[in-house]
Amino acid sequence: MKAPLSWLNDFVDIDLSIPGLARLITMAGMEVEAIQIIGLPMPAPGSVDAHVSGLEWDREKIVVASILEVMPHPNADRLVLCKLFDGQQEHIVLTGAPNLFEYKGKGPLAKPLMVAYAKEGARIYDGHQDGQVLTTLKRAKIRGVESYSMVCSEKELGISDEHEGILLLGEDAPPAGTPLADYLGDAVLDVKLLPSYARCASMLGLAREIAAMTGKSLTTPNVERYTSPAGDFAEIEITNPDLNPRFVLGLIKRIEIRPSPEWVQRRLKLAGMRPINNIVDATNYAMLELGEPLHAFDYDVLVKRAQGKKVKIITRTARPGEKLTTLDNIERTLDESTVLVCDTAGALSIAGVMGGLESEVSDKTVNVLLEGAAWNFINIRKTARAQQLPSEASYRFSRGVHPAMAERGVRRCLDLIQAWAGGTAAPGLVDNYPLPPASPTIELTASDVKRWLGIDLEIGQIKSMLERLEFHCLLTTDQCLQVTAPDHRLDIGEGVTGKADLVEEIARVYGYENIPETRLSDLLPPQLGNPELDKEERIRDLLVYQGLTEIVSYRWTTPERESRRLLPTAPPDDKPYLRIANPLAYEKGFLRHSVLASVLDTAERNARVRERIALFEIGPQFLASEDSHGLPDELQRLAIVLSGPRTLPGWQPADLAPMDFYDLKGVLTALLDGLRLPEVRVEPGEHPSFHPGKCAKILSGEKQIGVFGELHPEVRARYDWPASFRTPVLAADLDLAALLSLIPAIRTTNPVPTLPPVLEDLAVVVDESVPAERVETLIRQTGGRIVADASLFDVYRGEKVGAGKKSLAYSITYQAIDKTLSDKDVAGFRARILRRLEQELGAKLRA
Amino acid sequence: MLEQLKEIERTALAALEAVQDEAALETWRVAYLGRSSPLMQVFSKLGALAKEERPVVGQAANEVKKALEAAFGSRSEMLRQAALARALSEERLDVTLPGRPIARGRLHPDTQILRELYRVFAEMGFQVYRSREVESDEYNFQLLNFPVGHPARDMQDTYFIEAEGRGDNPIVLRTHTSPGQIRAMREMAALNPQNPPPVRIILPGMVYRYEQVDARHETQFDQLEGLAVGPGITFSDLKGTLTDMARRLFGPQARTRFRASFFPFTEPSAEFDIECFQCGGKGCDVCGSGWLEIGGSGMVHPVVLQNGGYDPARYTGFAFGFGVQRIAMLKYGIPDIRYFWENDLRFLEQF
Repeated sequence: MKAPLSWLNDFVDIDLSIPGLARLITMAGMEVEAIQIIGLPMPAPGSVDAHVSGLEWDREKIVVASILEVMPHPNADRLVLCKLFDGQQEHIVLTGAPNLFEYKGKGPLAKPLMVAYAKEGARIYDGHQDGQVLTTLKRAKIRGVESYSMVCSEKELGISDEHEGILLLGEDAPPAGTPLADYLGDAVLDVKLLPSYARCASMLGLAREIAAMTGKSLTTPNVERYTSPAGDFAEIEITNPDLNPRFVLGLIKRIEIRPSPEWVQRRLKLAGMRPINNIVDATNYAMLELGEPLHAFDYDVLVKRAQGKKVKIITRTARPGEKLTTLDNIERTLDESTVLVCDTAGALSIAGVMGGLESEVSDKTVNVLLEGAAWNFINIRKTARAQQLPSEASYRFSRGVHPAMAERGVRRCLDLIQAWAGGTAAPGLVDNYPLPPASPTIELTASDVKRWLGIDLEIGQIKSMLERLEFHCLLTTDQCLQVTAPDHRLDIGEGVTGKADLVEEIARVYGYENIPETRLSDLLPPQLGNPELDKEERIRDLLVYQGLTEIVSYRWTTPERESRRLLPTAPPDDKPYLRIANPLAYEKGFLRHSVLASVLDTAERNARVRERIALFEIGPQFLASEDSHGLPDELQRLAIVLSGPRTLPGWQPADLAPMDFYDLKGVLTALLDGLRLPEVRVEPGEHPSFHPGKCAKILSGEKQIGVFGELHPEVRARYDWPASFRTPVLAADLDLAALLSLIPAIRTTNPVPTLPPVLEDLAVVVDESVPAERVETLIRQTGGRIVADASLFDVYRGEKVGAGKKSLAYSITYQAIDKTLSDKDVAGFRARILRRLEQELGAKLRA
Repeated sequence: MLEQLKEIERTALAALEAVQDEAALETWRVAYLGRSSPLMQVFSKLGALAKEERPVVGQAANEVKKALEAAFGSRSEMLRQAALARALSEERLDVTLPGRPIARGRLHPDTQILRELYRVFAEMGFQVYRSREVESDEYNFQLLNFPVGHPARDMQDTYFIEAEGRGDNPIVLRTHTSPGQIRAMREMAALNPQNPPPVRIILPGMVYRYEQVDARHETQFDQLEGLAVGPGITFSDLKGTLTDMARRLFGPQARTRFRASFFPFTEPSAEFDIECFQCGGKGCDVCGSGWLEIGGSGMVHPVVLQNGGYDPARYTGFAFGFGVQRIAMLKYGIPDIRYFWENDLRFLEQF
């Protein structure tokens, strides 16, 4: 909402600087987002949070002046010369302003024209350029006449965009020579009003807050007139009081339509509204002043539509398919929740949002019927959104306006119309008020305030703070306040909610900055920690230790994009995607099914800038679920992608061979080892992402916790790698929840042996089909605790071992805790191991 | 004989002076200390000397031998040192050449800042509580005192998930981590419904707002909320807790500012700002007027406490929330919020 400082001053005496006022309003909960300076001194940079714009008028160089005579220009028909007095001397000033032409050649004016005069060296906006471009007035010769100063338009002064003619000052203009800033200087505060601050969506509402925060008194407009017995110029039928709790009508006859006074138009423009005529302007002015949107009907149109009967206003919801042409000349189809103001002949306007074309005030209007009503704010918000009709009226009604304001608004507006358009108000109003809002009484004590805010206030202090905001307070004998909200606000609840609402008001008046800072001293809750998170963070660390970089991706994707992680011939991912109903773009329209797909997408993008890729992500993938009230399953996954040279290239020889299956397996082994998961094993796997011969699954018991391998060449080919990026792509996809569930909370540590071990190499020849992992497992099982380590150091295939065979060579560490092993002891274990390998796997000791 | 010994010593020492390498030193040793060297000849001839001459010559010969051995030892050490010096000088490296590159892994900056926040709050007794990202309207809004159709919903532009027949309870991408407040309070209250234990948690996690993306606004971002509920929690505790946080993050001089505001789930509500650490509050390019807008906060609304299973007549609480990326951008000087989820390695490798 735009609030001109001069208007606020009608209701409260503001003696703060502009930055001081902006800070006060902002701290009280109404953020001043922007300040437009009109002529007044510009706030120092950094003195306000708000965006500051506008023009400061030099007090010496931009002054009020009087034009004494308008004379023709000797060499130009489109220019005139003005004889002008600036309070000190006379000047001849050149201008092309069309609104002076009517005075041309009329000799000395009986009544001088008061104007804004800029002297040589004054800084103003250039009226001939788009937007606001600063210029400094310099001496020049125009068509043979010396020019060094000018009479200004609104645009040149930064008041508005108006540049059709010069600004002519009103009757109340001060004498020539007065600095213009003293007369027209102003500042417009653009205030962001949060939903609970609806009461402040008016000059009076904002002024009331300023008065309460500064301790000044508030001057309210007189709205006590037209209280004579109910009028009989119309009747009102409300079909649904929940949607329309109150409807008030006033009537004023024999008005004269003309432009509003110049100062009214200026205020409306500063507040962001376009002046139309004195009637429409009066409704807007009253709305801006009090916060109650009003609507003016041409009464004679309604009388005609009533066909001789009494005018009857009916409020009801729209009928299916009902249409109305609104005053912006658009025919609108209304849905059945739209509330309409109608008469017996049909719809007149969309309640609280926009008037209809037929019954609006025109140049021919003589008698005006004035509507002030209260509407259900949720319904108005819905209609304004559905019709895409944000207006000053819907801005207020969709936040909630107290029904008491309807009557006040009509009365105030009748006064304004009488002042600006003449006419005679009909005695009394027609008022239908079926549903006054609840006005709960809230009991509040000093200990309530202490309980919420942690500050000690006397009950008397609390009472006076609330009374500054016009709450009605009654102090009972037991030091309890009985508080009711004033009838301009709907945001105060009842019971304990109402107490909290009042405590907020007390905090605002007391000043948030005055509340002390204390350290929590309340009971500590049970210390449960978050073991799942701790384990997850451990996984991140283990992967980072191994040189992988963590990524965090957008959760959205498309099915097409994600399908690339699978073979084109694989059965499609037929689980339904969670689809965003209102995505920013199609590409952001689906929640991902695969964290691995996100990591592959990231690898693909980074392959353009890096030849070595080592990435992982931990996060959810989303699957529609029948359970948990229709909410999807959020499955936590760990995905890894590796590709590129094993080590980074440098200036020395390095292992730049591409990473392969075993590099990825090494990463996973180190991870599982770091998590102390010895029971997890790896078996050959099959998966539509992976090379059939280079794919493995990770199992714990019978439960699969992950799959990894080298991407199938045809899957790899579905990604857009740069031509230079040729290395195999390794990937792993693990069920994080399953992994976390396996991590033991408590671990053990073996003693460090003090006795010397016996180291021995053992090479066995087995069939090619025997998995290496079986051999090692049997060695360890057979050796029991004596075999402290068995690590494979060579795999050989060739003539020496025969076709279809391979030789596996292990380095075995025999170690007893309690004795030094003899050659004889070791020989016994070796023989047992060999026997077992031969029996179970057909292995032979390699000669 | 004694003359001869002197001559042997003189000749040998002179020859040793000329020795420049290990081989020549060995030749010298054989020549002057070897079995057939003139000195050894003297020893072998001792028996032939007169009885009274024998000890004199023997002692003199021994002294010469000791002298030559000592000279040999020091010459040998000198040669070793010279050889070492030569070798070391030949092995001089260009220490300015790059080290062997290590493929260092990195935690995402989001994880790094979250861990810092976890640590700060853990020391104040706040434990981490996480909950789902796809929520019902009921949990995301209604239970948090955003009634259906209420204008407060305009404050959080929402992504909806396509779903049939859910009426006023559509599925949404959570707009804040606050649904976790309800879930956490209900879990805690279930432990002892008559007398629920206090709550002191932080709620981190990804949230979503329907908003155009630019350098300062993301449509998906990490939020961190805090919630403390107990029999005696006040607004001044809220101020103290957030000021402590600000000091831990931005230094012991950091100051906070609380402005009145509105959020449906808190009452009273406050925006909180931290004094700009770049300019110390004077106003600069980073902050504008000296204050950095950080997040929202307030006392938990009685309706929310009630919905969480806590009697608002017996319990109070505070809650706060802010964007995690905002903190990271300030602390790490990150110029563009879009960098976070784009995962360009040229960005991530800077952490």
